Amino acid sequence: MDYTATQSGFRQQPNMHMGNSSMDGTDGSQLFEDTSGVAAGPQAGYSNQQAGLQAAGFSGQSLLSDPMSNLAMAYGSSLASQGREMVDKNLDRFIPISKLKYYFAVDTVYVGKKLGLLVFPYMHENWEVSYQQDTPVAPRFDVNAPDLYIPAMAFITYILVAGLALGTQNKFSPELLGVQASSALVWLIMEVLAVLLSLYLVTVNTDLTTIDLLAFSGYKYVGMIVGVVSGLLFGRPAYYLSLLWCCAAIFVFMIRTLRLKLLSEAAAEGRQVRGSRNQLRMYLTMSIAGAQPLFMFWLTYHLIR
Amino acid sequence: MAFTLYSLIQTAILCTNAVAVLHEERFLSKFGWGVDQGVGGFGDDPGVKAQILTLIRSVRTVMRVPLIIVNTVCIVLLLLFG
Repeated sequence: MDYTATQSGFRQQPNMHMGNSSMDGTDGSQLFEDTSGVAAGPQAGYSNQQAGLQAAGFSGQSLLSDPMSNLAMAYGSSLASQGREMVDKNLDRFIPISKLKYYFAVDTVYVGKKLGLLVFPYMHENWEVSYQQDTPVAPRFDVNAPDLYIPAMAFITYILVAGLALGTQNKFSPELLGVQASSALVWLIMEVLAVLLSLYLVTVNTDLTTIDLLAFSGYKYVGMIVGVVSGLLFGRPAYYLSLLWCCAAIFVFMIRTLRLKLLSEAAAEGRQVRGSRNQLRMYLTMSIAGAQPLFMFWLTYHLIR
Repeated sequence: MAFTLYSLIQTAILCTNAVAVLHEERFLSKFGWGVDQGVGGFGDDPGVKAQILTLIRSVRTVMRVPLIIVNTVCIVLLLLFG
């Protein structure tokens, strides 16, 4: 559809061009030969009219002739690239596309290690994100860096698994997938907003961006999928056991990751630091980590009956 | 449980309205949350109460006109479409 629209747009341009260029045919545009040069000088006005008439006769043929359509294509493509530059520039103001690309720079080894870390974080020792001249290293090179690939895939998988689980209860319908998706999305957005609000209130100077928080909130979907799948395969006790395991794992994972980012240096190393601010930050970390198991249970218990 | 994005928008509008309605003199001063009573410290530790007061004041200042527009649109739409 778009192709024909641009085609007819292209057709408009040659007509206008020909109209313009034939009116001032004395400057000798190279598109067609200047027929007004045949007549003598004093008759320039009359021959302009003649050129105009002949150009009208030309228009029927020169839509197919090469120079005209080449010019139209060049003009159209320059318009298109200008338009695309403008869209890119404006889109970059709202959604930081270049920053998003960082979060998707993953590879298979990273995904494997991170998934293992999400289910079994107890053996991992070094939780710091390595930096490279002030910018965090891409997730491909550091297993501690947050990414958006796993949360996005886990979210979609969760919706599909929820549809499957509802189907085993004979409650499935295609609209239900949409309802589940928007429900989970709304909870995610509310959780990220609540975390942002509480970070603002406690005045924590941290380099956690909104997208980082989105990534951390999205990691719990992995545990939810593990719980629901084992519940589908092996029944309710397996669901409860695996959900318990994944809840504990996510709790420890979040605390160990957030501890380095939210708490001050001394407290992060485990030493006791007095002061109400550090206490407040510790409570904040614990409540963010504690909200994850709650959400995990809330969003999955209705799937296993 | 079945939330939609529309209910999220409704929640946001209602919460913003609720925060914008808190009047300085008539209400907040009675709790010791007026504009002169909390926001004194200029150190690097404003504290939770000062942050909340700043947040309420800024929501009131920034969102006053957009809220008028959004509320009018909501009222008209609800009258027309129920």
